Formats: sequence, structure tokens, C-alpha cells
Amino acid sequence: MVYSKRVDGRKFDELREIEAKVGVVKSADGSAMFKIGDTIAIAAVRGPRDLYPKFMQNPKKGILRCNYNMMSFSVDERIRPGPSRRSKEIGLVTENALLPALNLEEFPNAVVDVFIEIIQADAGTRCAGICAASLALADAGIPMKDIVCAISVGKVGGKILTDLNKKEEDYEDGSSDMPVAMLPRKNEISLLQLDGEMKQEDIDECLKLAIKACQKISEIQRNALMEKYQTNQIDDQVDKENQDG
Amino acid sequence: MDNISREYITKTLDKGKRLDGRKFDEYRDIEIEYGISKYAEGSSRVRMGDTEVFAGVKLEVGEPFPDKPDGGTIIVNVEMLPLSSDEFESGPPGVDSIELARVVDRAIRESNCIDLKKLCIKEKEKVWMVFIDIYTINNAGNLQDAACLASLAALKQAKIPEYKDEKIDYSKRKDKLPLTSLPVECTTVKIDNILLSDPDFYEERWNDARLTVATTEKNEICAMQKSGKGVLSADDVRKAIEASLKNGKLLREKLK
Amino acid sequence: MGLIIKEREFVIPGDVIAEGIDYLPGNGVYRDGNQLIAQQIGIVNLDNRLIKLVLLTGAYRPKIGDIVIGQIVNMGFNGWTLDIGFSNLAMLSVRDATSDFIDKKADLSRYYDFDDYIVAKVLNISKSNLIDLTMKGHGLMRLKEGIIIDVSPSKVPRIIGKQGSMITMLKNLSNCEISVGQNGKVWIDGGNTGKIIEAIKLIEKESHIPGLTEKIEKMLGGK
Repeated sequence: MVYSKRVDGRKFDELREIEAKVGVVKSADGSAMFKIGDTIAIAAVRGPRDLYPKFMQNPKKGILRCNYNMMSFSVDERIRPGPSRRSKEIGLVTENALLPALNLEEFPNAVVDVFIEIIQADAGTRCAGICAASLALADAGIPMKDIVCAISVGKVGGKILTDLNKKEEDYEDGSSDMPVAMLPRKNEISLLQLDGEMKQEDIDECLKLAIKACQKISEIQRNALMEKYQTNQIDDQVDKENQDG
Repeated sequence: MDNISREYITKTLDKGKRLDGRKFDEYRDIEIEYGISKYAEGSSRVRMGDTEVFAGVKLEVGEPFPDKPDGGTIIVNVEMLPLSSDEFESGPPGVDSIELARVVDRAIRESNCIDLKKLCIKEKEKVWMVFIDIYTINNAGNLQDAACLASLAALKQAKIPEYKDEKIDYSKRKDKLPLTSLPVECTTVKIDNILLSDPDFYEERWNDARLTVATTEKNEICAMQKSGKGVLSADDVRKAIEASLKNGKLLREKLK
Repeated sequence: MGLIIKEREFVIPGDVIAEGIDYLPGNGVYRDGNQLIAQQIGIVNLDNRLIKLVLLTGAYRPKIGDIVIGQIVNMGFNGWTLDIGFSNLAMLSVRDATSDFIDKKADLSRYYDFDDYIVAKVLNISKSNLIDLTMKGHGLMRLKEGIIIDVSPSKVPRIIGKQGSMITMLKNLSNCEISVGQNGKVWIDGGNTGKIIEAIKLIEKESHIPGLTEKIEKMLGGK
């Protein structure tokens, strides 16, 4: 059956409602919450800090370590606490999604640890995690080329659409899910996965939708950072002092 | 993190003050939020000062324990997330995590907080298993009391899913969990000769000994745990229990 | 061509600040082909042709000449290792620690012991971020009593103030000794440490809001 109308009434290129907040874990170096529809992720950054065991250290630049975890009550069927093969894979692709945006040359031998926890899951969790993690990294002051954003696009019941929810992911008559992460300034793709079947032209269309979606997400991320850091006026004193030192 | 030495704390305590200006038996500001995760049967977020934890209740159907064939089961788990403190590492729960969970478990079990008999579906075969999972979000001291309070809040909010034709339908949650008591935990630490309620990060770090006391509405004590490497006098214990009874009432008020 | 984002504007990583070859990238800014782009959260600051950022967040990044407050975490034959709140530890060699002649077999803990806090200066930073400190200089010393608190390194200039005006006011109005390290460590000793800590936390929080100086003065019981 062709998927002619979305279960929640959205347009095919419409995102669910997004809420982003920076600085949600007080003692972390950087942190953020990212909510899209009913999916809620929080991310916290600790680092740059000493890395043990020593053999893992890179003398040329710092390393990034991403940990993704779903809280046991984030879905209907309780998830046993602890890492799973899925969470380890997501940790890795998240690392590879964020790394191209980071400049870790200033921290040789150190590690930047990113921890992502999913509080509530309604599909698109790894993308929400990446969006939260980017904000947390910026909040921590890690030098970055761009703020990475991510969204799931896909094909459900023959229709190409943006931001699948769980019902769409589980759609009986065919569902393909394609999480995409990008550095939005130059639309550089840093995460791309496909779970399902798609034709070449479908993929082209999906990527176009992803680029559009990421521009919107980028704006929301900017607003979240501005909300925490925006200053209205700079005291002359600060300018002068910084110019001298 | 700030380096606040033991000397600085004891010097401040000698002047009759705590670093944040609280009285010795006073709790920090407490905030409870219910229903932070919709797929949980019940969930909560508790803030005690800057300490923050999440708790979620999930129900599954399983076999009862052989020594209690007509009662539901309780399983409490605590994850001390590395995102909540520089001092927590990734990996399976360490002994601190396990102690925290077991002390919460003890209070809930021994006070008959949940009427487990009402969670029996078919004697000797099928009962409801109540999973309480606690996650630390920010450690600013006294995760113990925050964890217990969050568990109670999540239990209070929890609704039982429908069990029909040997399957659980999580989309249909109707009846609340049968609760008979809310056993609140209150922790006291001892530094030199001074007893402090609701220790913050530094008071907890520099404490000689710690006593957690769980109390019920009937002013009964249903669980206790002394932690830490130091000692307490019988008088310390008596005073800590008094403080726990008093503060327990205040914390329980917050659950309403 | 030229400046796309004006001075004093707020930027986040990825924001294009300028185009063309007229400008050079300074602190917090990088060049990508024709564009100068922000790589941290900050405020655009122009110094002739140098575009840099007043950083609003971030870990401490040592520079040669910085005064820092560090803690001794290890001792070897040739000197001490210190934690200065950076991802790498810093070294204080015996010859940079004192002008005294120190015998090879001398007990270094007589000078600085484990967990001691010292005020030192960054002497050298190698390519792989090995940091050398020195204790030879005015005002560099071991800290005996008092406490150390952490502040965000990006707020240190505000706590010091123009020509040291803020920190001088804090010292005068509190009878405390105060030392501020560029690495975000502040040492306080004396009478009213509680009030000073409150004041410093407030400066951190409201560093960008005008009228802060007067507010702090009032808080500490000045005019």
C-alpha cells in the first residue's frame, strides 16, 4: 500500500518538533539536550583530558571517544543495562561523524570523551545523539570546523520522506531508513548508513532532503548556543585585556 | 574541579557553617519532575542541589522466586554514568554502584513499599517483575538519597501495562502500582565530630563515615547502611536517625 | 570580499567571518581557502588585519609567559611534575625551580612536596605540548594556606580586569590575598574567603553584563 499520508500528519519533507538546550550537565565540560519528536538525547563532553592506557595516546593529536547508550526505560521493551553490539557500532559511527569537524591538533596525547544517553526513543536516536554531541563539543570549547547535524531520511511505502518516526521505521509495506550526518557549511557528509532497499534516484532525492533538513537543524543548534552564550554588549575592559594577552 | 581541602571544610564547620551556608541538618533545594520518559511505566527526575538523577520503572512478566511463589519481584539497578562525574568510568557497575542500588532495594523491600502479592498473575508461574533503573546525571554529592527519592517518584507515577493472551500491551497502561509505603532515605556524614545531613560533593569526599537511614510514614526505620572507612558512636547513630526521621518527613512531602 | 561578520558579533563554529586575503586568522579562527571561519564560540575581535575571537568557552591552552597555578603530582630526580588543569602535565625542572645549588641526592620534597600548590610561569611549550615551568620570577611562589577554586579560563581576564583593576578591588575590599592563574585557578587566603568566592562566581556568570564592577563593589561592602 502506498504511504500517502504520514501517521502524524506531517508533510513528507517536514521535521518533527525540535527542542535543543545547551549546558544541561553542570559538572561536564560541555553538554546539551536534543529532542526531536518523541526522541530525546543528552550528550556530555569530558575533556580534553589524560588518556589511559598510554598506548592509546596519539602524540600528534588528541583522540575522540564516543559512547552511545540507551536508558533501559527509553523504549517499551526494557533494555538490559550495559553495552550491546548495536550501541558499540553506533558509538563508532558517531565518532566518525564528529571527527571530521574537530581540530584536535592542540591536544596531543589527550582524549575528548563524548557520552550520549537516549532518554526516550522514537526512531532517529543516533542522529539526535550526534546533534546533541555537536552542541556539547562546542559548549566545551573544542575547536571545530563546523557544528555537525544529522537526520534520518528514507523511503516508506514507496514515498521518500524526512525524519522517520518509529511507526514509519516499522511500516509493514516497506521501509528503508537512511541516517545522514553532515557538516552543513559545505554539505559534507560524515555519516551515511542505509537499512533497507532503495534505487539510485531514491538515494539522490533522499540526500537532497537531508541537506534541506540539516540547514533547518543547524539554525536550531545555533539558537541553542546563542541562548546560553549570547551577549548583548561587550565591556570595553574585556576587549582590551584580551588584546594584551 | 575546585580543590576544597578537608582543612578548609573543617575550619568552616568550626565556625558553625557549611560551605553553601546551610544548617548542619538542612537539605539542599529539591525538585521532582514526573514522567520524563513516556515509554517507561513510570519515570522521574530528581534534583537535590546540583545533584541530578533519573529513574525509570519498567514492568515485565516472569517467574516468581521459589521462596515467594505468590509475589511479584523487584530489581533495582544503578548506573553511575561517566557523563555525570570525572570520577566515574565506563564499564559494568562497580561496587559503589551496587551498594547504592542494594540500599535503595532494601528500603523498598523491607517497608513493603510495593504490595507484591497484588502483582501475582498466576501463582508459581507468572508474576510482574518491577525493574527500577536509576541513572546519575550530575554528581554533586549524596546520590544515595536522590536515587531513592527518584525511585519512589517513578513508582508513584507508574501504571501497570495490560497483560492479555500471554502478551504485554505497553500501549495500554491502566492501574497504578499498589504502593503501601514511601520509604525515604536520608544520609548523614560525619566529619571530625560534626554530623551533616545531605552532604554535598566535598563533604562526601572528606567524610569519615556515612549513615543512610530509611524511614516510613509510621516513623519506622526499615533499612540502614553505614558506609565509608571510619567509625560512628552509638550517639552519632541516634542523632543521625533523629535527623533522618525529621528530614524524611520533608522529603516525603515533596513527593506529593 | 572583506568582513562578513562585524566586530563584536557572536559567532559559533562554522560561521564565515571574512572572505579574501586581506585578513589573517588569529585565535579561534581558521582559514579554509578563501574564507576565515570561526572554530569556537566567541565574539569577533579585530586587531588590524588579524581576526580573532574573544572566546566564551573552552579549556585552558597554555601560552609562553602565562602565570599559572599548578599542583605537584610527581617528583623525579630532575624536578617535579605538575597538574595545571591542562590535558598534559607540566614539568618544573630543578634548575628552573630555584637559584640554590641542589645536590643530586637532595630531597626535592624539602622544596616542593606532593599536593603543594605553586604559582609558576610557563617557560616553554614543545611541539608535542610538553610544558616547562619556571619559579624564577617576581611573585612566583609556593602557596601555603587558603583554598583554590576553578573558574572558566575564558573569564580570567574579566576577573583580573583592565590593568588589574578588578582583582585589586577584590583584594582591598576583603583583606584577602588573591592570586589568579591564566589556567583558571584562583587562590584565596584570608578573612572573607566566602564572600570573595561568591563575588568571583558572579563575575564568571555576568562577565559580559555592564555595571558588573559596581555590583561587585556593593556586594563586598564598598561604597
